Amino acid sequence: MGNKQTIFTDEQLDAYQDCTFFTRKEILRLHGRYHEMAPNVVPMDYTKDPDVKLPMQLIINMPELKENPFKERIVESFSEDGEGSLSFNDFVDMFSVLSEMAPRELKAIYAFKIYDFNTDNFICKADLEKTLNKLTREELTAEEITLVCEKVIEEADMDGDGKLGFADFENMISKAPDFLRAYSSSVLP
Amino acid sequence: MSEFGAGAELPGWVTESRSRGEFFSPEESHAAAPAGFLQELPSYRSVLRRRAAAGDVQERWGNLRGIASAERREPQPDGGERGAIPLWELPFSIAEKRRIRDLQQGDIKYSSGWNHWKRTSSKSWKKALKDIKELSSYMQLWRHDIHSIEGKFGTGIQSYFSFLRFLVLLNFLMFILMFSFVTLPAVISNYGIFNSSSTKISPNNTEPYCTVYTPSGNKGLVYFYTYLKDLLTGTGFLEVTVLFYGYYTIDAAWFSVLRYNLPLAYLLTTFAYLALSFVWIIKRSVERFRQHLVHDEDQFQSYCNKVFAGWDFCITDLNAARLKHRSLLYELQTNLEEERLKQKIAERTMKEKLRIYSLRIFINIIVIAVLSGCFYSIYRATVFSQENSSNISIVGFQANLLVQYLPSIVITSANFIAPQIFSFLIAFEDYSAAFEIRLTLIRCVFVRLANVGVLLFSLWSQIHCDNDQCKACGYDYELYPCWESAVGQEMYKLLIFDFMIIIAMTLFVDFPRKLLVTYCSWKLVQWWGLQEFGISDNVLEIIYGQTICWIGTFFSPLLPAIATIKYFIIFYIKKISLIHTRKPASRPIRASSSNFFFLAVLLIGLILAFVPLGVSIALISSSKACGPFRNFNTSWAIVPYTILEFPIGLQKFLYGIASEAFAVPFFVIACLFMFYFIALAGAHKRVVEQLREQLVTSWIVSFSTVRGRHPTSCPSLQVCVCTLPCLDFFLSGSPSTACNKYLRWNKSWLTSLWRMLPVLTCLFAAIKSYYCLSGES
Repeated sequence: MGNKQTIFTDEQLDAYQDCTFFTRKEILRLHGRYHEMAPNVVPMDYTKDPDVKLPMQLIINMPELKENPFKERIVESFSEDGEGSLSFNDFVDMFSVLSEMAPRELKAIYAFKIYDFNTDNFICKADLEKTLNKLTREELTAEEITLVCEKVIEEADMDGDGKLGFADFENMISKAPDFLRAYSSSVLP
Repeated sequence: MSEFGAGAELPGWVTESRSRGEFFSPEESHAAAPAGFLQELPSYRSVLRRRAAAGDVQERWGNLRGIASAERREPQPDGGERGAIPLWELPFSIAEKRRIRDLQQGDIKYSSGWNHWKRTSSKSWKKALKDIKELSSYMQLWRHDIHSIEGKFGTGIQSYFSFLRFLVLLNFLMFILMFSFVTLPAVISNYGIFNSSSTKISPNNTEPYCTVYTPSGNKGLVYFYTYLKDLLTGTGFLEVTVLFYGYYTIDAAWFSVLRYNLPLAYLLTTFAYLALSFVWIIKRSVERFRQHLVHDEDQFQSYCNKVFAGWDFCITDLNAARLKHRSLLYELQTNLEEERLKQKIAERTMKEKLRIYSLRIFINIIVIAVLSGCFYSIYRATVFSQENSSNISIVGFQANLLVQYLPSIVITSANFIAPQIFSFLIAFEDYSAAFEIRLTLIRCVFVRLANVGVLLFSLWSQIHCDNDQCKACGYDYELYPCWESAVGQEMYKLLIFDFMIIIAMTLFVDFPRKLLVTYCSWKLVQWWGLQEFGISDNVLEIIYGQTICWIGTFFSPLLPAIATIKYFIIFYIKKISLIHTRKPASRPIRASSSNFFFLAVLLIGLILAFVPLGVSIALISSSKACGPFRNFNTSWAIVPYTILEFPIGLQKFLYGIASEAFAVPFFVIACLFMFYFIALAGAHKRVVEQLREQLVTSWIVSFSTVRGRHPTSCPSLQVCVCTLPCLDFFLSGSPSTACNKYLRWNKSWLTSLWRMLPVLTCLFAAIKSYYCLSGES
């Protein structure tokens, strides 16, 4: 496999290996997955770094993301233009951060962006309410949602401003025992 | 996200804090000075050290940001410095990382030969490590199966299967150990392969009737079903095979001129496999214990943990997703419910409290009564079975099999019924939901492990006898000429029966139930529904089997092989049963807390296994008719005997270690160390708490010093409020994460040492005392 592939130059593959947690084989497999989502649009030859982006609708239909309640936010956080369309670089980036080998600090940075729905660099009460609704599919009563939001802010908010900044979030995440395990998904078998 | 676009900067709020971190140090920024004693704690000094190191990291990130946005830069002489953070851990987009990488590559050209070599070698070393890690994860047994289970059913159930895999490996290693050091030499020397021979010395200074042992190896024509019966009960032709203790009636094996002390090897291998299990379990549980120790009282974090880390990103199945949503909902509702319950409890009147406590005492009495009932029935069943299992001619083949398996049947039914009773009773005791689950689990664990203990006790009471002739041998020589084999057979039967029950339950209960629920549309049947996969029940089941294996391996050296095959098959049976006939639990146990719990119970099982083994090896006379310890009073006696054959210097050294002059100071020093570590752990916890509190008070102080107004009412202060979290990232991020890092590093060493010390000292004290006693007699 190594010598015959013509999708990437060796130099590109080395660069990917250095910049992500994936090996050569895995990057080629990722390219296969990316290609099969839209075979007419994604070229097989990436040696010239073509500027191809896939829209969000295609990405969120991937089996790994389909059932995830935060799939739109995930794709938006990794997309460079903020609209949710991912180029291949963004695609690889996303799965690299989500892989099991990414360290906790890196995942925490992206997790914060995912939960920040209004992109104001704070997780405020409205963001929390949206998160809860997505997690429980809107089956909690309004009173219960308010209670849970209050509890979360009470637990994690250090500076008393009623919302979570990145410092609070990272501090809280460092103590959450399930975080690392929960935020790992493997796109490759 | 525009900030993460071509600007290639960390979000502003992160970089500002990090670059500004250089100007802030904890001593300067607090308006309230930290308490003096905190600064003197060794942990605090380590925190400062760590913060200094962390500051370097942040400087480097700040530098990289500068580099990334620089148009042109000069060649840097110390190119090696920046390579310290691997590129793949930076939170930039790939395009940016490639740019940085190109700059770094360009750097290489300018750096000197030594730096160049350093950088490329560190890079290739990191890559090699990554590859090795990946390769080792590929070689894991059942990696793909467990991964798919995790995807469909979540991490709780996956932890059960990982636990099963761990036990398969452990048993396999135990088997390799026993086989290579005990079975193989025995077989080779018995058959005279490789110019070997074995010596059997008949015991002197015992009565001749003690040494009579004639196992009937099924000579002549027997009915066919005798072989089946022998296979199931370990008697007959199996009794004389390598499977049981009786085969190893060898005192020494000679390979050409080398003398292999088989009895000593037998004993030492027993200790070795126990030690191996002990060390491996502790190593595995240290990781989980770490989290438990620091976050033990953290009811405090449960909401955040559920909301932000609640969703398993590896769920790919629609049903699993639906289930996860429901379980998260249930968990949040349970938590809110518990809050309300806590309030209710706090508001209880005296009269109500009295009522509740007396009810709890009454229910505990019922629980004890149930337990005693179980123990008594096991005792009677064992006695009955031992007394009647040799009457083959009077009763038929099936009845005889039933009598032989009676203890196993009683134990399995007790293990099944008692938990049902406990979960019924606990509803009356009015505890919070989490405590209910824990208490029921503890009771079930106790039932299962104590049942094994009672069985062994009743066996021992049978083997022990009181008349004078018996006393000469030390055991009942008529019924049990080779009592170790008898015990081995009992353990063998337990293991086989356990295995058969698991298969039978899957085949005859789960699958018909599934067929019934699928094809019959009666309301009653649909309400009954499919059974949940009870993680704790299944785990307790396999821990019970593993305890039996540990106890039984001394009496039946090939038992680990049977256990390995058993668990191997159980993995596939449980997996198929899970996928086709079960609905996953609606009240999931979190994987993080349950992993530690399983290992803790396994450790309890192992320590429980030490007791009967210790008693059998050291107190009960070994049988004189069979086995490697014929010529000794007890199995342990070979160790002093061997020590006596050592050179005088070594003997004196060993006596010295075992004497009081050494043991007592050692014990005292071990206790001192233990208290020191306990105090250190407590101090660490306090430091973490105090740092946390300081953060909050520093906010309040800094607010109140500015204009004395409530911050949110003043718009300019609102801006300050927004940026203060960033400033405090350095303060809150570094101390607590550095503190946690330090705690993590220290804790692993600390907790493993802390755990092993008391056990080691007790073991040592026991050995010393026995040695003294045997020396004096």
